[in-house]
Amino acid sequence: MATASPTVKVAPRGAHVSPLRRRLDRFGDRALFGVCLAAAIIAAATIVLVGYQIVHGAQPAISKYGFAFVYEITWQPNFGEFGAGVLLYGTAVTSAFALLLGAPIAIAIGLFLTLLAPKQVGAVIGPLVELLAAIPSVILGFWGLLVLAPFAQEHLEPTLHDHLGFLPIFGDPQTTGLSVFTASLVLTIMVIPIIASISRDLFQSVPPELQDGASALGATRWEVVRGIVLPTTSTGVVAACILGLGRALGEAIAVSQVIGAGSHIDANLFAPGDTLASRIALQFPGALTELHQASLYYCGVILLVLNLAAGLVASWIGRRFGYAGTVAR
Amino acid sequence: MSDPAFDPAAPLVPSGNLRRRQLVSRFAELGATAAAVVAIAVLVIVIWTVVSRGAKAIDLDFIFTGAPTGVGPMLLGTLVIALVATAMAMPIGVLIAVYTTEYSGARGSRILKITLDLLNGLPSIILGLFVFILIVDPQNKQTGFAGSVALAIIELPLIARGSQEVLLLVPAALREASDALGVARWRSILTVVLPTALGGIVTSTVLAVARAAGETAPLILATSSFDPKKFSVNPFEALPNVPVWIYKLSEEGNPEGFTEAWGMSLLLISFILFASLGARALLARSKRKLSS
Repeated sequence: MATASPTVKVAPRGAHVSPLRRRLDRFGDRALFGVCLAAAIIAAATIVLVGYQIVHGAQPAISKYGFAFVYEITWQPNFGEFGAGVLLYGTAVTSAFALLLGAPIAIAIGLFLTLLAPKQVGAVIGPLVELLAAIPSVILGFWGLLVLAPFAQEHLEPTLHDHLGFLPIFGDPQTTGLSVFTASLVLTIMVIPIIASISRDLFQSVPPELQDGASALGATRWEVVRGIVLPTTSTGVVAACILGLGRALGEAIAVSQVIGAGSHIDANLFAPGDTLASRIALQFPGALTELHQASLYYCGVILLVLNLAAGLVASWIGRRFGYAGTVAR
Repeated sequence: MSDPAFDPAAPLVPSGNLRRRQLVSRFAELGATAAAVVAIAVLVIVIWTVVSRGAKAIDLDFIFTGAPTGVGPMLLGTLVIALVATAMAMPIGVLIAVYTTEYSGARGSRILKITLDLLNGLPSIILGLFVFILIVDPQNKQTGFAGSVALAIIELPLIARGSQEVLLLVPAALREASDALGVARWRSILTVVLPTALGGIVTSTVLAVARAAGETAPLILATSSFDPKKFSVNPFEALPNVPVWIYKLSEEGNPEGFTEAWGMSLLLISFILFASLGARALLARSKRKLSS
């Protein structure tokens, strides 16, 4: 009976391969891993290096003004006095306005694409809305300067002033149309495609059983949206809005073309203003002194902090509430 | 049935509360449709303005000669800047994608994903400041190369994410077949996985280039004082480029300059629209092919 079970000779893995080849393969495996790891490290290092260099460039202004720079409102390069208060205000107002106007439109577009549009129509309109994000900011700004600003100055601003003039934000229209209001409209155009495409992806991830269940119980389409679609995706939509906010905060070129480079805080949206990013774009190439340059870097630091905070919060929400789809495009 | 007002012959139209609810729903649908119409209208208005005002400016002289009759140097410079940027960003981006799909664990790829998202979200003006202090300031002169570095940082996360998506679609069977033949890992990555995904990687790169080509903010700091008459392909001097020139002309406020700027905008926007639409279509096709 039990004779020794036939011994099977198992050749060690790769034994038929020549030693040279084996060594080459071992080297190749390590080399490829090393190169890939290096690439990943470069990406991570870039972010750290960007932060370090910007803070480094701002050093003279940071040591001179400290934190007071953030709320100080004088900015007079000729007298060597700098403070980012006006710019911070302008950044906050333009971004908030853009988000207030853009987010509802963008979310509505997301709903339209997922729930209302027939498949073929959605397949055309979805990419078209994303194309809006592909228009370079300098072209959008140029269009804003020559087309949107005159239109706003002649039609939108007087109309709003006449009907809602009792609100201080809709004060007297200015002569040029270059205003915080126009800048906000341009930013609105920029945030819409970002929020719209993310919210469309979110809405598509809502389980159809839930929606069908609600419909079966007699809910109208709006009630399905109100009761099922929005509640299940609300955190993701908030994250999308924060990403849009990050985009609006940092836009330099288009804003600098249409905001009119004002230097005062004015409650009136139709007055010129300025933002952190746009001030950098406008004044950096002709910076007068080292302190002037350092102050512009300080603006960059503030911008970077706001932007990274927005990005981290969005990705934290995305992770915490499990929306893999919530990524910037 | 005990309802005295029940009239079986009444037409079936909603009334009262249901009527109100359906009205609200109808309004909401109308609003959503209107929002989409508004967005498309803005797109059409912007593009139509650029086309109608830019077409007048464009002829052969406009494309092939220098200032004052044309914008050839700017077109050439933008091409060079974008090429150099892509030459830097593409290998690194693809390697990052390989790293996340082949080597890193879940934790590593999550950290990398956050890093790439943050990079992607950085305001481009910040990258301008970055390359200024890193490259322009030490050399004390503006260079096209500095602009390329900034654009490379913009392209990097887009290429990495695009390639990663395509690499994840490479069928496991291909890789398993390669493993079963005893092929070393690096060989199967280089000769099986990457070639299969090549189409998708290239189209992701084209999308990234289309996004970077119109970036203005970093170039204003990196390469803005140039001679608009001189054709140059040397990335170690200030290269003329389209976005900065459009920006300058728009700031100058001179009507002839505006026409020139519209012409350049038309060239730039048509490149971007065709590249991104074409790449998108190709990308969708190659993804379909991979996943079927």
